[in-house]
Amino acid sequence: MSYLFAAYAVFWALTFVFVFGIASRQKKLEKEMEALRRALERKKQQES
Amino acid sequence: MNRDSRWGDWLNAVSGVMMIVALYLVFLYAPREATMGDVQRIFYFHVPSAWVGFFAFFVTFLAGIAYLRGGKRRWDVVGFSSAEIGVAFTAMAVITGSFWAKPTWNAWWPWQQEPRLMLVTILLLIYFAYFMLRAFLQDEEQKARFAAVYGIVAFASVPLTFLSIRWWQRLHPVVFDRGGTGLTRPMLLTFLFCLLTFTMLYFTLLLHRVRLARLVDEVEGLKKRLYSGERG
Repeated sequence: MSYLFAAYAVFWALTFVFVFGIASRQKKLEKEMEALRRALERKKQQES
Repeated sequence: MNRDSRWGDWLNAVSGVMMIVALYLVFLYAPREATMGDVQRIFYFHVPSAWVGFFAFFVTFLAGIAYLRGGKRRWDVVGFSSAEIGVAFTAMAVITGSFWAKPTWNAWWPWQQEPRLMLVTILLLIYFAYFMLRAFLQDEEQKARFAAVYGIVAFASVPLTFLSIRWWQRLHPVVFDRGGTGLTRPMLLTFLFCLLTFTMLYFTLLLHRVRLARLVDEVEGLKKRLYSGERG
């Protein structure tokens, strides 16, 4: 029974690491993109 | 909300519900196996993990062909995204297999008795090298072209690993052979549902991983626009 529990625990741990890894990188990039867009807007306004 | 996001939400919900049903089937519906006992329930996640790994490498193979034919960036993105999922799920299959092997074969990793263990390790190393190749190359077009060729050639290791248990017939059981599956009806139903669930999970993860790669491209594009503007 302990092997069964360990196998499923490792499976779920790896799955969560993979899924949350993607999700956190997505969030970070979305924030960075927003900041870059704002910087570009400011630049355009300054130029005009 | 764009189309990708709607698809993402829909796939998240379907995969989540299917995974809960799969867990119910594995732990409450499928009967206890007479010889191995409860440890046999590892099989319901071990085989689908290996299936997703192999299928993901097949998609990398197809994406490689598509990239070499058309040279479109999206196929490169699909190729490396799928290879990443393939490595993750093959590693899961190896680990869950090891937890099954210990009580069944009395060894965590009897690689001398079972050729598949050696072949799956080589398979993982081949795909680790795929990512090393990508990391070393700087030019994006060259990186995509080399990775596409590598992804096509590397796929040769997948059928070799899959067929090894049929060719050598040592320790690893063969689930599907000419004599049937050796599973009772509830066990077979549980197994097939888990296969379907993992396939759905693969497409869900692929969509999110591709979206992540697109975001990286968009951020790079914006940085270029911003900094080239500064220089100009």
